[in-house]
Amino acid sequence: MNINKSLIKKAAITVASTALLLSVAGASFADYPDRPIGVMVAYNPGGATDFQARIATLASAKEKDGKALSVGQPIYVTNKPGAGGRKGWNWFADKAPSDGYMLAAYNVPHFIAQSIVFDTKYNINNLEPVGNWGADPAVLIVGKDSEFNTATELVAYAKKNPGKVTVSGAGKFVGHHIAHLQLAKAAGVKLTYVPGKGGVGAMKLVKGGQVKAGFNNLSDAARAQGDIKILAVADLERHAFLPDVPTLMELGILVDNSSVNFRGLMVPKGTPANVISHLEKTVPVMFNDKKTLGKMKQTNSPVRIMTRNEVIAMWKERQSALTELLKDLK
Amino acid sequence: MDFLNYFGNVFTPYHLMLLFGGTTAGLILGALPGLSPTMAVALVIPFTFHMEPASGLILLGAMYTATVAGGAISAILVNVPGAPANIATALDGHQMARKGRASEALHYCFLSSFVGGIFGIIILIFFTPPLAKLALKFGPTELFWIAILGITVIGTIGNKSVIKGLMAGLFGLAISTIGDNPMLGEQRFVYSEHMESGIHIVVALIGLFALPQILTLLEESGKSKVGTYALSETKWITSLKYNVTRIKALSLGSTIGAIVGIIPGAGGQIAGLVAYDQIKKTSHSPENFGQGEPDGIIAAESANNAMVGPSLVPLLTLSIPGSPTAAVLLGGLLIHGLFPGPDLFTVHAEVIWTFIDSLIVAQVFMVVIGLFLSRHSGWIMKVPPHYMAASILVLAVFGTYSIQSSYSDVLLMGVLGITMYFASKLGFGPAPVVLGVILGPLAEDNFLQGKLIGEAGDGIFDYFFTGTINLTLILATLGSIAYSVYASHKMNKRVMLK
Repeated sequence: MNINKSLIKKAAITVASTALLLSVAGASFADYPDRPIGVMVAYNPGGATDFQARIATLASAKEKDGKALSVGQPIYVTNKPGAGGRKGWNWFADKAPSDGYMLAAYNVPHFIAQSIVFDTKYNINNLEPVGNWGADPAVLIVGKDSEFNTATELVAYAKKNPGKVTVSGAGKFVGHHIAHLQLAKAAGVKLTYVPGKGGVGAMKLVKGGQVKAGFNNLSDAARAQGDIKILAVADLERHAFLPDVPTLMELGILVDNSSVNFRGLMVPKGTPANVISHLEKTVPVMFNDKKTLGKMKQTNSPVRIMTRNEVIAMWKERQSALTELLKDLK
Repeated sequence: MDFLNYFGNVFTPYHLMLLFGGTTAGLILGALPGLSPTMAVALVIPFTFHMEPASGLILLGAMYTATVAGGAISAILVNVPGAPANIATALDGHQMARKGRASEALHYCFLSSFVGGIFGIIILIFFTPPLAKLALKFGPTELFWIAILGITVIGTIGNKSVIKGLMAGLFGLAISTIGDNPMLGEQRFVYSEHMESGIHIVVALIGLFALPQILTLLEESGKSKVGTYALSETKWITSLKYNVTRIKALSLGSTIGAIVGIIPGAGGQIAGLVAYDQIKKTSHSPENFGQGEPDGIIAAESANNAMVGPSLVPLLTLSIPGSPTAAVLLGGLLIHGLFPGPDLFTVHAEVIWTFIDSLIVAQVFMVVIGLFLSRHSGWIMKVPPHYMAASILVLAVFGTYSIQSSYSDVLLMGVLGITMYFASKLGFGPAPVVLGVILGPLAEDNFLQGKLIGEAGDGIFDYFFTGTINLTLILATLGSIAYSVYASHKMNKRVMLK
């Protein structure tokens, strides 16, 4: 009986202390954040979005003299890959808690294009950006032994041979696919798009000479220059990694920056205003950390830090440009 | 002989500790269903952020090597392959365990893994430049024919009846089309939101192997003979003596594993199955396979470890991974600013050769720790079946959830598993279904890519039926079918004579 009594006592203490702890946690809700924060990545661990998200959030808990320098809590990454990112983002818009303890990484134009073409649970109206860390433009590439040396030559060939130019990219309705659609439209040519298995698979088709050309990530193409030729960048300006490569615009092919792959962090709609304003202030500071920037440079990840308001404007602009471009594809 | 200069870097106390820890953890993680090598390497990558590049890679390499071998432990002891690569090991390995030869089966597994692993790394060290060029030649059509060649194996794997094997394989191919198709950018056969991202290979693996095993164990536990199998301890030296005489199984396994490893996208997952199929077809007594034939384990395990080294060839030179795990490893390289290409072996020679050397040492750690663990395998075999069933169930649910943090995957695993349990009563085996799930996307995606490219060029027929590699693969496919017919005819005759 003694044992039982002490057991009941212990159980009572446990229950009571848990209740106490919970009430404390509830009371301190105003002091966001008071516990570690998650970031949902809708792609596989080890991929570019995943490792960039991990690097971008490295400095989240940094402090000096007991004062938080950025977000103020450690950030951990959790992966929900599947269906080209749709699975994770559907979960995020539909089921993720909107208390600021679960963030997600976004990829533009992917998620916006998907929300236009498919019946998704997310769109730019039910997500709130808090900051952007990177921008990876699409580049037009050909194999090392290709007959084409400039984008102009490629377009001229495609004009004479409609549909004969095969162009690989990371999949459907991702930046590379958008860039392909824009190129075909702007140059008035017919190209054959070959979706690869991710960016790596698309790059392989170009290196192996199985396709005539491809769109791929600037960062991946920049370090593969031994095996490929980079003809043009699908962005408004030349890129620091490739100062000698012209933009398509410069060549008279009017392709804007709609295909640039922007990466950043967001929260679901309904997140309290004080939480959003905290994140909005601290997330860009976290991205700007010296060590983080060093790691980004080391991994060839192109950084472009943008604030919440800049991202909101960029999302809106993408939404209308992509709606126009994808109108015929639906 | 660059690689000899950097062995010193491996033998520092810190690196030896990483190798020991990585190998031990890898063997244990590999043995848990669901924690495939790909998962294990992905789990460790964040830890390597804060390490020196060479140290981080040593840890990742040790994990990769050990998890591939570790998956065989559960395949042999409980008939649940730890990863798709170990399916072939379960076919004969578990039969041996049921006959009380568990420790012997594990000895063959680790010794053969060691032989295959070392062979694969030698290929990596000496033949990287020419093989990298070869890897690039495998485009959509070549990969499509490889998938078809793989499908010819389905009928003969793990089923007594070829027709039932083919039916099971067809079911596997069918369910592999569920979900998002990256080529078409569309979702197919998604009847509920749980099916949105399709049937992940590891979900199918756990469901099809683990759940029927759990239910079978529960059946056994009710019977009077409480399922402990007879146990006979075999000294590892006895196993070693037998193992080294199985030259044909070892060389066939190692060669096939190395070839499959180099081909980007074919996935090391099929190395073990192809090797198993070949050793069975060329054996003098194919009827022994599936009954506990050591050659089955030896060929399968030497093949799936021989795949590790060569799968790094296209990765390190062209940034093209030869297996799903190598793809995750690519992330680990990039994080340290190590970009695959010619520079890797010049600018970063110290890091990369230290890494390759550590793979050799990791093989030694793997075989020593593995043989040590084998001595205690009897302990697992003595666990009463109902406890065993409960523990496998916990691992199966946990393992399935952890793949993509998805509750839907757990439901799918359950549905597949219960279906498989009843199907197994009718004589259908799980191995052809999993093979169908693996090969379905490989065949379909590459066919669709090849179709697009062919139509833009000289036509589909021309594109698929020209080129040396294509024609060789087509001939091999026809040969494989012809041989199956011939072999089953011969076997029937022998069985009749007996």
